[in-house]
Amino acid sequence: MTFEEIHQRLVAKFGERVGPLAPANKDAWALVQTAAIVEVCRHLKEDPELAFDCLMNLSGVDWPKKNQIEVVYHLWSYSKRHSFILKCQLDRAKPEIASIESVWKSADWLEREQYDLLGINFTGHPDLRRIMMPDDWIGHPLLKDYKEQPEWHNITTTRDSPLDGFVRLDELRKKAAAAGAESAAPAPKKELLQ
Amino acid sequence: MTSPKPLEIPTMDMTSKEVLRRIEVGGDMLLNMGPQHPSTHGVINFLVQTDGEVMKRAIPEVGYLHRSLEKIGERCTYNGYMPYTDRVDYIAAMFANQGWAMAVERLLGTVVPERGEYCRVIACELNRIASHLISVGTMAMDVGAVTPFPYALREREFINDLLEELCGARLTYNYLRIGGVAFDLPTGYEEKVATFLDHFEKILDEFNRLITYNEIFIKRLAHLAPIPAQMAIDYCLVGPNLRASGVKFDVRKDLPYSIYPALQFNVPVGKGEMGTLGDAWDRFWCRVEEMRQSCRILRQCLAQIPKGGEIMAKMPRKIKIAEGTEAYSRIESARGDMQYYAVAGPGENAWRVKIRTGSFTAMGIIDALSRGLMIADLVALIASLDVVAPEIDR
Repeated sequence: MTFEEIHQRLVAKFGERVGPLAPANKDAWALVQTAAIVEVCRHLKEDPELAFDCLMNLSGVDWPKKNQIEVVYHLWSYSKRHSFILKCQLDRAKPEIASIESVWKSADWLEREQYDLLGINFTGHPDLRRIMMPDDWIGHPLLKDYKEQPEWHNITTTRDSPLDGFVRLDELRKKAAAAGAESAAPAPKKELLQ
Repeated sequence: MTSPKPLEIPTMDMTSKEVLRRIEVGGDMLLNMGPQHPSTHGVINFLVQTDGEVMKRAIPEVGYLHRSLEKIGERCTYNGYMPYTDRVDYIAAMFANQGWAMAVERLLGTVVPERGEYCRVIACELNRIASHLISVGTMAMDVGAVTPFPYALREREFINDLLEELCGARLTYNYLRIGGVAFDLPTGYEEKVATFLDHFEKILDEFNRLITYNEIFIKRLAHLAPIPAQMAIDYCLVGPNLRASGVKFDVRKDLPYSIYPALQFNVPVGKGEMGTLGDAWDRFWCRVEEMRQSCRILRQCLAQIPKGGEIMAKMPRKIKIAEGTEAYSRIESARGDMQYYAVAGPGENAWRVKIRTGSFTAMGIIDALSRGLMIADLVALIASLDVVAPEIDR
């Protein structure tokens, strides 16, 4: 089925709770009301015409300007060979959405990853722990305003760049040109090696 | 001999984040297998709860190799991210390159010139053979057959040499570019690849005689940890792991990209020939057969590749894409369906890059499959799923 046909079926069943098909650039997607996500997913899986048996990918995207965190579900049907994309928009201050682990098992690890990296709270998830970062890590690295803690268990997380203080050759030339000394070729080696 | 008692799997309070620290051991042994264990194929830890030799549960703990490649993708320009994608999967780096290149090409709507596509496919299929050789070699070694491993690595060296001649690197290639490839095939490259294929196809038969149809090997792996098709789909297994369970799906065939529609090849599907459908031997066999199909693809590529022509599309020097545009690319990597989800940012770099890899979802199924297996079988199970640690953690 095409995106349009799948979308029409969804709208016929869920009405307002499924938004219009975004006239997307490449892959069309539909916005789903956060509260309805489990219901919509279950329908997508169990309707014999739709038969979406696989959750391929689950990503979170942080949009500080819109004050939103988007959750993107990429679905795929092995039996019908068609795909669909759902999106949910969560409040950035308190990103929370129901877990769809009960619908597709692959959501277990995918949701854990997004919880770890973006701090999205998947309610009803059986085992929502950090997966990539250590258990006692502070903050969620993929948020746009994330600030890394300076140290973790007395291990520093930053180090001085060995390139600090180096001056690029072309910048030196630009400076020299701006100063009006075109012919005087700067002696870059000294600066580069310090 | 009496049949073993059915295992009682203890129920745990899974609501706590500290669940791992509070496993009720009650007479069982709690083992840490890893993170520095030779048979875990990288730095992965398994928390194994066992009753003697029999596991009640094995919980994978990953993240030791997390290098925040997705965050780096948000900081780099589109072109600048290409070398980092090599590090997603160092055994099959060419595919990670291609996934990223295709994602950005979809964002831009670029069409890659035909010779460029052929160069890509030749490089990728060579890489697929190299990756599968590592996989089958180490799998045989993990279950105790040491001999096939040097056999496999010897052949892989030839491919490494070929790829080194193509792009100067043996492991992290950075060969593909957005819009094409970095270098054209060197002079006489086609003949060299053909010579290798002549040699390798014979070796594959030898390899089959040596290990694939070896009776001891079959007895070790048949009926081991079979994955039913429905379970494989539910856990989103991809690639040879999925096909071994009898699901005939290959991105190259079903969602054709690049020049794959012009090429003839079969998709090997597990048949349960030696045991149960989707057991460890089926997964092994699928990889061996895929190498043969890759040889077929390579021969056709060498015959069909256009003589001369562009290898790069005309690309702007700085790539800028309208903010919020998004694209999704799927390619058939050596470890299966590899997917990139890219959202364009306001400047010259992406706003969000998400890489969904085959190893990541394959790790998710281990907890469910491990119940009731022997500890030694866990090693075979991990090897048969062909997980690569950096690809899990990214």
